[in-house]
Amino acid sequence: MSSRQAQNGHDREAVIRIRGLVNGFGNKVLHDHIDLDVYRGEVLGVVGGSGAGKSVLLRSIIGLNPPQEGSVEVFGKPTSEEIESPAMRELEMRWGVLFQEGALFSSQTVAENIQVPMREYTSMSQALMDEIAEIKLAMVGLPCETGDKYPSELSGGMKKRAGLARALALDPELLFLDEPTAGLDPISANQFDELIAQLQKILGLTVFLVTHDIDTLRAVTDRIAVLVNQKLVVGTIDELRKNKDPWIQDYFSGVRGRAALASMDTQETR
Amino acid sequence: MTSLENTAEPQAWFKLDRDTNKLAVGGAWTIAESARLDKELGALKLDGAPVSIDASKISRLDSAGAWLLLRTRRALQAPDAKAGDLQLPELYRPLLENLDQPRKSEPHKSRIPPGFRGRLYKMGRTTVHTYFQALSMLGYLGRVTVETIEAFARPKHNLRIAAIFHQIEETGINALPIVGLLSFLIGMVIAYQGITQLKQFGAEYLTIDGLGIITLREMGVLMTSIIIAGRSGSAFTAQIGTMRVNQEIDAMQAMGLNTVDTLVLPRIIGLVVSLPLLTLYADFMGLMGGAMMCYFDLGTTLPAFLRELQQALHVQTLMVGLVKAPVFAFVIALVGCYEGFQVERNAASVGLLTTRSVVESVFLVIVLDAAFSVMFSVLGI
Repeated sequence: MSSRQAQNGHDREAVIRIRGLVNGFGNKVLHDHIDLDVYRGEVLGVVGGSGAGKSVLLRSIIGLNPPQEGSVEVFGKPTSEEIESPAMRELEMRWGVLFQEGALFSSQTVAENIQVPMREYTSMSQALMDEIAEIKLAMVGLPCETGDKYPSELSGGMKKRAGLARALALDPELLFLDEPTAGLDPISANQFDELIAQLQKILGLTVFLVTHDIDTLRAVTDRIAVLVNQKLVVGTIDELRKNKDPWIQDYFSGVRGRAALASMDTQETR
Repeated sequence: MTSLENTAEPQAWFKLDRDTNKLAVGGAWTIAESARLDKELGALKLDGAPVSIDASKISRLDSAGAWLLLRTRRALQAPDAKAGDLQLPELYRPLLENLDQPRKSEPHKSRIPPGFRGRLYKMGRTTVHTYFQALSMLGYLGRVTVETIEAFARPKHNLRIAAIFHQIEETGINALPIVGLLSFLIGMVIAYQGITQLKQFGAEYLTIDGLGIITLREMGVLMTSIIIAGRSGSAFTAQIGTMRVNQEIDAMQAMGLNTVDTLVLPRIIGLVVSLPLLTLYADFMGLMGGAMMCYFDLGTTLPAFLRELQQALHVQTLMVGLVKAPVFAFVIALVGCYEGFQVERNAASVGLLTTRSVVESVFLVIVLDAAFSVMFSVLGI
């Protein structure tokens, strides 16, 4: 992790820049003038209680939820444009999104799913696309026979891996992950954490990661943004453990939090 | 059209030096250049001698580019060549090593043989599939019959009165406007055609007889059944199918609820009650549509129209049409519910089976109607 932080040190280009973001439904305010920078090459974890607006924040950044107020820029360009406009397509081909349930197109096989963005944005031959779909499957740890299967034939964990392979199809610079380990057993969740960390290192990705899973936070993130009281509190795990906010205190020192962090402490002293 | 490929990037390049057998590679080997590189690399010819690759001038590499590099190396180098033979900036070495794992990909063979045998295979498969589907539907019919008898034997416990009335409202009362309007229009159309054709023989007043018989015996019940198959049969499949996708059916079964009692019987009983009533209503509206056409075309007033009808029709004519309605209702509800339970746990399945449910119930309604006609003609009714 330290090498990655050092890498960030001399290259602090903000890939995502949020200023004064306000979101809400009816009278309920979810985000109250939020500011956030995500730097190139870092993994940012976003946590918060159920219904705190983590997914809405992600959707605001990628332009699916136009914000009520404030600005969101990705790669220095606003994402408040019409979602299917050419300006947004320029951005959309540079990022990959993994939705919560994988969001695979159910009428297509896994390989065809992975090839959808390639078909849309490049003129590669079918043979090359087949080969690349196969290496993407291998990268996310799926056997190549999976490519011929339909999403309905896959388990939850396999769907997420296949969704990740599709998100990686165009070798994006920026990866959005919405609760990638939710609903996975601990072993699969660990494998997924390792996979994300490994891919991030190999491909030099910037990752925006929404999660509930404190193990994931510990394993892969550089910084953590906590969504609490409609505001964002950003810091490393150690900084956040010293924070006085009761929710943050509860989160990092509750039984589950303590167990996960204790294993981190023993690893560090080793 | 936005495309990855029109971005202004340093071009990826490669050069094969024939004398030293060296392939020099450089620039940005990314997915944006892959389509072009793929074509140009495919044109490279090798003359047997192993080629070493120098990729130290690469300025950017992603997984698509790395795959092309690997593929080229596999094609140009001897199979026992080591990864070290490839010169590459250290930064990109992990990426290449990650991809460079031997994996066995066996070409999977389609089970369907080509040509005539393939067609025979498909025909046989469809036959067997249809046979088993019919068998399964018959089994379902048996189960529903048994459960219905049981339910009526213990109506307090097994009959859900509130649900039945809800279904009668959904499938009957709420369908009144559409069934009424369409029957009225069909009545008009039949009367108009009758008048224009029969006028040639000076027998235009027979139009009223024909209209009455056609509407009461066939058109009323058939139109109503087809509208209800499209409206309520499809709704049954979609409702039950969505419950299946959401695992609600599983939850009910895990609680020990009988899905036939709770979901199927209210729908079947509800439709069996409402379809004959709707048919009666459709008969009335159809005759009214015809009466209006006769008034405008022939100048027949309503009392005169009704007197003419009275001479042509018997109670039996009405009953012959109405007796079919509960049978059609049962078939529509049964098929709708059965297909709902066939839904698998994915979104596409609901749409597919809803379509199938409508097609099957309309098909069965028309086949049964023909069967009724044959039966009535044998009985001389």
